Amino acid sequence: MFEYAPAPESRDIVDIRPSYGLFINGEWVEPQGEERHKTVNPATEEVLAEVAWAGEADVDRAVGAAAKAFPLWSGMPGAERAKYLFRIARIIQERSRELAVLETLDNGKPIRESRDVDLPLVAAHFFYYAGWADKLSYAGFGPDPRPLGVAGQVIPWNFPLLMLAWKIAPALACGNTVVLKPAETTPLTALAFAEICRQADLPPGVVNIVTGAGETGAALVAHPGVDKVAFTGSTEVGRHIARSLAGTRKKLTLELGGKAANIVFEDAPIDQAVEGVVNGIFFNQGHVCCAGSRLLVQESVAADLLEALKRRLGTLRLGDPLDKNTDIGAINSAEQLAKIRELSEAGEAEGAERWSPACPIPDRGYWFPPTLFTGVAQSHRIAREEIFGPVLSVLTFRTPAEAVEKANNTPYGLSAGVWTEKGSLMLWMASRLRAGVVWSNTFNRFDPASPFGGFKESGYGREGGRHGLEAYLAV
Amino acid sequence: MTTPLAEVASSNSTLRAFLHGLPGVDRVGADARAAMLGTRSIKTTAKKQAVDMAIGMVDLTTLEGADTPGKVRAMCAKAVRPDPADASVPPVAAVCVYPDLVATAVTALAGSGVKVASVATSFPSGRSSLEVKVTETSLAVAAGASEIDMVIDRGAFLAGDYLKVYEEIVATKEACAGRHLKVILETGELATYDNVRRASWLAMIAGADFVKTSTGKVSPAATLPVTLVMLEAVRDFHAATGRQVGVKPAGGIRTTKDAIKYLVLVNETAGPDWLHPDWFRLGASSLLNDLLMQRQKMATGRYAGPDYFTLD
Repeated sequence: MFEYAPAPESRDIVDIRPSYGLFINGEWVEPQGEERHKTVNPATEEVLAEVAWAGEADVDRAVGAAAKAFPLWSGMPGAERAKYLFRIARIIQERSRELAVLETLDNGKPIRESRDVDLPLVAAHFFYYAGWADKLSYAGFGPDPRPLGVAGQVIPWNFPLLMLAWKIAPALACGNTVVLKPAETTPLTALAFAEICRQADLPPGVVNIVTGAGETGAALVAHPGVDKVAFTGSTEVGRHIARSLAGTRKKLTLELGGKAANIVFEDAPIDQAVEGVVNGIFFNQGHVCCAGSRLLVQESVAADLLEALKRRLGTLRLGDPLDKNTDIGAINSAEQLAKIRELSEAGEAEGAERWSPACPIPDRGYWFPPTLFTGVAQSHRIAREEIFGPVLSVLTFRTPAEAVEKANNTPYGLSAGVWTEKGSLMLWMASRLRAGVVWSNTFNRFDPASPFGGFKESGYGREGGRHGLEAYLAV
Repeated sequence: MTTPLAEVASSNSTLRAFLHGLPGVDRVGADARAAMLGTRSIKTTAKKQAVDMAIGMVDLTTLEGADTPGKVRAMCAKAVRPDPADASVPPVAAVCVYPDLVATAVTALAGSGVKVASVATSFPSGRSSLEVKVTETSLAVAAGASEIDMVIDRGAFLAGDYLKVYEEIVATKEACAGRHLKVILETGELATYDNVRRASWLAMIAGADFVKTSTGKVSPAATLPVTLVMLEAVRDFHAATGRQVGVKPAGGIRTTKDAIKYLVLVNETAGPDWLHPDWFRLGASSLLNDLLMQRQKMATGRYAGPDYFTLD
């Protein structure tokens, strides 16, 4: 046997303060209320820091600071704004190791992913939109497109810093100012980003960070001084926001849930398809809105593919997220773990067959083994509801038409994957799948130049690419 | 994989149908998987284990026009006792030489347990008649080689004449008379991963005991993704037939870091059953000194200068 010795990334590189205030107008300020919240490392349940809970008055102050900074920031030549964004991108690269460790501590994702996926994409996103800042006249939105004003942005806990980048980079490039609320369980990298804004000498008030839970987010999106709302999170909350903004002048983009199909045809490159299925659902513990949570496999190769998939799952390494060899980290919170357990139990109760590889689970922290369900029917809850965890539902199909029908038979439509070596079939499928992204012989690949967003209840508006500018311009 | 494999080779068209019926390889995906496994961090006790494992898997090789009996004898001494100052270093698996130097190597290694491998079949190009190739193999065997590293006819493979390639391997295997046959695919000339997978299966069906990436004379030689595809092939062949076939990447593996990446690839692709010199070899020459240097560093905490490691 060849056992890999523990190879933990050092956490000495990060300096976590015992307590954080709010970042408003370029300063750290104390909230008006007394309420504070502890953020924990989900892998150990260790308390990492205490974070302020912003109330309505604090949100008002942050929106006021952003509104005050707007004339200066939007009046600045695009090339000047670009300088700040390029500077931020470079600082992120320079501090990427520290930020990766911090992200892993607060979120529970493996360091291999925060180091090799999250942080490179965060920097790339800032570099990409920095490049647009002085070229907005050529983006296809008229000769001189104007920014909207103050953007209120609410982001989720699954990719804390990456979602921040997706929101802040295009907003600033277009000349908007920002009030951002990170998720209550993962505020630390957003607070580190506040420091980066100071390090980059960003003018005060251009970026404001208010921490808190749902009420803080609700206060932010409801604030009359906010001109644009951008939300990434659950469909339930997204619906609520859409209702509350109906009839206002605020522009809204939503990036919500998904129940994506990863479709494997009999002529697929099998070994890479297995990797793609694993990456599709077990990347980031399945805490991915575009996760390939439904595997649709052609019945003629289902047995072979499942055998290969099970063999591959047996090699996944679950454990300490800071260990450089860990593939599966911790579930982000006790609440999320309970939800994953509840849906998995429902899967068993409805008659699907549950399987996990032999996989020791640490004693402390929130963990769920990689799990797959076979014998799943379209009518089962695990085939319809977003689990947002490392749980794969396997269904079969007979013909391309049936694959399309099953893939589209969901209220969501964020992403899909198609695995075939036959180019004509790939194109036929891609033109019929109702999903914002269709991955061809790959899955969960992201690039700042590529627009991302949903069909149906997965939301509206696009983030990334030239399309991502539209959400932050008065067009 | 229910086709009896003997029938697969009954004609060029059945062979072609079988090889082209194997699942394709997506280049981007295979490259990404190999790169990901290359990020595994092998430290402390795991690294110690890996270094000794790698030393025991080395086929210490010299394949130059300028090779002489003296050069081969020196290399054999190194193969048996890689570090003169440290008897705990295991010997390498084999030495690999040209056929005319097999006798010299056999004498030098007598009683050591280190095997003698000989390249054959008009290495490295393979451009000769079957008679010459078979005769060369027989001579190497007669001289005492216990392993034969043959090259396939890449021209025939690329022309679609799979049966010719198959028959040459079968004939060479016969000439080996029970010695281990390693089949060099020269993946740098086959170019695509689909071809690598097909050539691996072709060699295994024809009776190869090992599939080997490269001669070392063509660039690129061994790469991680090519070795990944070959490891998948031996794993699948074993599942289909019950026969285990070894893998040998050769050429361009120079550092301990590289060698460990290959071991990780084996461990997580074909599985730990392949982590043994009977089933995995590293064709290399300069790699050995780097392994020794890392081994000493782990024991003493310091790097010794290059003059503390013998150049043979």
